[in-house]
Amino acid sequence: MTEPAAVPLLSIRKLTKLFGTFAACNGIDLNIMPGEIHALLGENGAGKSTLVKMLFGVLAPTSGQIVWNGKPVTIPSPGDARHIGIGMVFQHFSLFEALTVAENIALSLDDNIPLSKVADEAAKLSKAYGLPLDPSAHVADLSVGERQRIEIVRALLQNPQLIILDEPTSVLTPQEADKLFETLDKLKSEGRSVLYISHRLEEVQRICDRATVLRHGKVTGACDPRQETPASLARMMVGAEVASVERDETQELGDVLLSARNLTVPARTPFAVTLKDISFEVKAGEVLAIAGVAGNGQGELFDALSGEFPQADRNSVSIRGVAAGHLGITDRRLLGAGFVPEERHGHAAVPALTLSENLLLARNQSDRNVFLSGGALGIIRHGTLTDAAKRISETMDVRKSAEDPPAGSLSGGNLQKFIVGRELDRQPSVLIVNQPTWGVDAGAASRIRQALVDLARNGSAVVVISQDLDEIFEVASRIAVISEGKLSAPFPAGDMNREKIGLLMGGMHEKNEGAEAADAH
Amino acid sequence: MRIELERRPRLSKFFMAASPLIAFAMTIVAGAIMFAALGKNPIEALDAIFIMPLMEVWSLHELAIKAAPLILIAVGLSICYRSNNWNIGAEGQFIMGAIFGSILPVVFYGWQPEWLLLPMLIMGMIGGALYAAVPALLKAHFNTNEILTSLMLVYIAQLFLDWLVRGPWRNPEGFNFPETRQFAPVGVLPEIFSESGRAHWGFVFALVAAVGVAFMMKYTLKGFQISVLGQSERAGRFAGFSSRGMIWFSMLFSGALAGLAGISEVSGAIGQLRPVISPGYGFTAIIVAFLGRLNPFGIVAAGLVLALTYLGGEGAQLSIGVSDKVTRVFQGLLLFFVLSCDTLILYRIRLVFSGKRAAEGDAA
Repeated sequence: MTEPAAVPLLSIRKLTKLFGTFAACNGIDLNIMPGEIHALLGENGAGKSTLVKMLFGVLAPTSGQIVWNGKPVTIPSPGDARHIGIGMVFQHFSLFEALTVAENIALSLDDNIPLSKVADEAAKLSKAYGLPLDPSAHVADLSVGERQRIEIVRALLQNPQLIILDEPTSVLTPQEADKLFETLDKLKSEGRSVLYISHRLEEVQRICDRATVLRHGKVTGACDPRQETPASLARMMVGAEVASVERDETQELGDVLLSARNLTVPARTPFAVTLKDISFEVKAGEVLAIAGVAGNGQGELFDALSGEFPQADRNSVSIRGVAAGHLGITDRRLLGAGFVPEERHGHAAVPALTLSENLLLARNQSDRNVFLSGGALGIIRHGTLTDAAKRISETMDVRKSAEDPPAGSLSGGNLQKFIVGRELDRQPSVLIVNQPTWGVDAGAASRIRQALVDLARNGSAVVVISQDLDEIFEVASRIAVISEGKLSAPFPAGDMNREKIGLLMGGMHEKNEGAEAADAH
Repeated sequence: MRIELERRPRLSKFFMAASPLIAFAMTIVAGAIMFAALGKNPIEALDAIFIMPLMEVWSLHELAIKAAPLILIAVGLSICYRSNNWNIGAEGQFIMGAIFGSILPVVFYGWQPEWLLLPMLIMGMIGGALYAAVPALLKAHFNTNEILTSLMLVYIAQLFLDWLVRGPWRNPEGFNFPETRQFAPVGVLPEIFSESGRAHWGFVFALVAAVGVAFMMKYTLKGFQISVLGQSERAGRFAGFSSRGMIWFSMLFSGALAGLAGISEVSGAIGQLRPVISPGYGFTAIIVAFLGRLNPFGIVAAGLVLALTYLGGEGAQLSIGVSDKVTRVFQGLLLFFVLSCDTLILYRIRLVFSGKRAAEGDAA
């Protein structure tokens, strides 16, 4: 831990960033000591990204001071940030897939250094920090975890004193995350500091020395995360107790409402994943959660189940006992299914259209006689739509700036609550959700999860595709894992643990021949 | 040094609305500079082009005649452009509509029932739609670029018309002029107010089409499909809308309106087919559509403005003795300024002085 007398590596005083009159960061104070791992916690929209962008020279502060090693500095650009010793690993990587690891690293360097030398350096660093990387490998062939290592090595090549990591584990398997934590420990032991941005409380407790919590652009708490409980940290983040999801373990299961039988879908594009022989059944009253690391076929599975891209084999998907493989999304909706895709903007909703229009987007045929009149003319009943959008907003506690604002003006969490509410409002007997709480704040996430569990409790079959293991354990009655387009057999949630899921995520299907037996509950 | 366009974080509502007006004002200024450079008095020249045509009743009728095809075509194109289908070939669809609609009065000229106009207009729409069906089919099933195919078909239509009026459809009693027979009176689109000028019912069709499309876009599921598929094909697919179906609908719809404009022009304003029946209405309508912000009522206003440039250009030939190419120059300037204003509303210009800094900016 830090000595009181030590000079902080980075000290932020009263840092404020205004966008118009809106204060994204409002008088933030923060000290980072040499050799500490400092967590920055906060919900979406709390001001974490804005703060980090100011530190990395992407945004200019409106007022306040940044003190680096005891001296006040201004950071006008990312180049200047790197120059004084701040490195950053972004949540979304900026890598060229067609180039090799070494080439990607060389591209990010300011000076002209021969490629062979870059490769040597990179190999040396990756070995020293336990980040196994082959400099001559093509990025397209690498896993997300390996890609992240490239970004980390890139940052390390600049020999930074402070490394900023933005949500680094959101794309990693538990095993990959463990490796990352070892690297962070190594960095710490060398006296480097890490600013670790996350909303995963357990991780923060595990690796961080201190934590600063932001809410609505202000610091609401600074603590030693190890002295806190996840609940108390969450309270600091959300400002209120986060309701934990309530489940009824004694749920009686009904008929099979959704099933996939040998669902095989060839990749539509060179970058898509081929779905191989996927089979599962979901009964009334249960939530099947499908875990997996991003990019293993989740999107493709959703498209195949939703019917946005129907299959040739009519028996590959059945909804309420009706063969639906060949049906499009409208016909599957008419059979009683509802769908929530991963991408909110431009898939589940059109940002420039209002909420009521986005309600019509998903329900223009399933509720045709409610929302449309005039027969074939299809006259839109704007009044009925606005009322329904209002009802959904009230039920799901969607916070918005106007009566019927454009979808794009809502925060991610509020828009997601609306999108989920839009489906729940019609009481679908089958609901398929991809990444229900991706980028959604804790309060909204807990509400959405509870709604999914409640839907199943009322006799619907729910499929939740998610990368978030906490979420999966909160909602699932059974858990299956998708890896490289193959789905493991589903296991009862009670028999699963993180380690087992992690192994399945790595594609260890072969070793689970006995899974079918375990599944018979 | 490099020039970069940077997306603006916030768009100004005021400039979005004012952009067509600013573009028009800048066109006037640029036009004045051009006339000064040609040695003409700019005030006089602009007066001749933009004011004089509005001072006489007969001339307002001429304005309506020129505006009718522009508005009719542009209203159809707005559906295409809103749904992300880039039909550039309205000129060809206009000509094909005129040819199809002329089959009855030219080939079957002896047949003259009272209601001849109705089948003529319908066949005009069918002709335009069929011609637009070619790029629609190519795009929907072979994924070709409709901008290229629809544009290339314009030249085919122009040459086909030229061949028809010089060859099989030439008036046998017409002293070998490359023209068809004059349409019989029952095949001529009547004037709206025949006592004051020539304006024919084509202008009414244009207004009806504008109101109809405005209604469709605001109140019907079809209009909703158009705006959803135009903004996000993926969201449209999620909604269960077919983007292939939309290619067909928007191309056929705009083709039919262009065809209606073609047969109205031939039957109302010209009275026969000639080698050239359009001073480029189909292309000018693209400017009209964008100047009108793809909004039907904006298109009516923009159509009148562009019609004025045609009329003023003709007037300026007589009164101040400049080439009628002036019309083209003004239309070009107007499109240029509309597009530049829109670009500057969306983006700001940044000068980058050294390569190194730019690379750092990209890394952010």
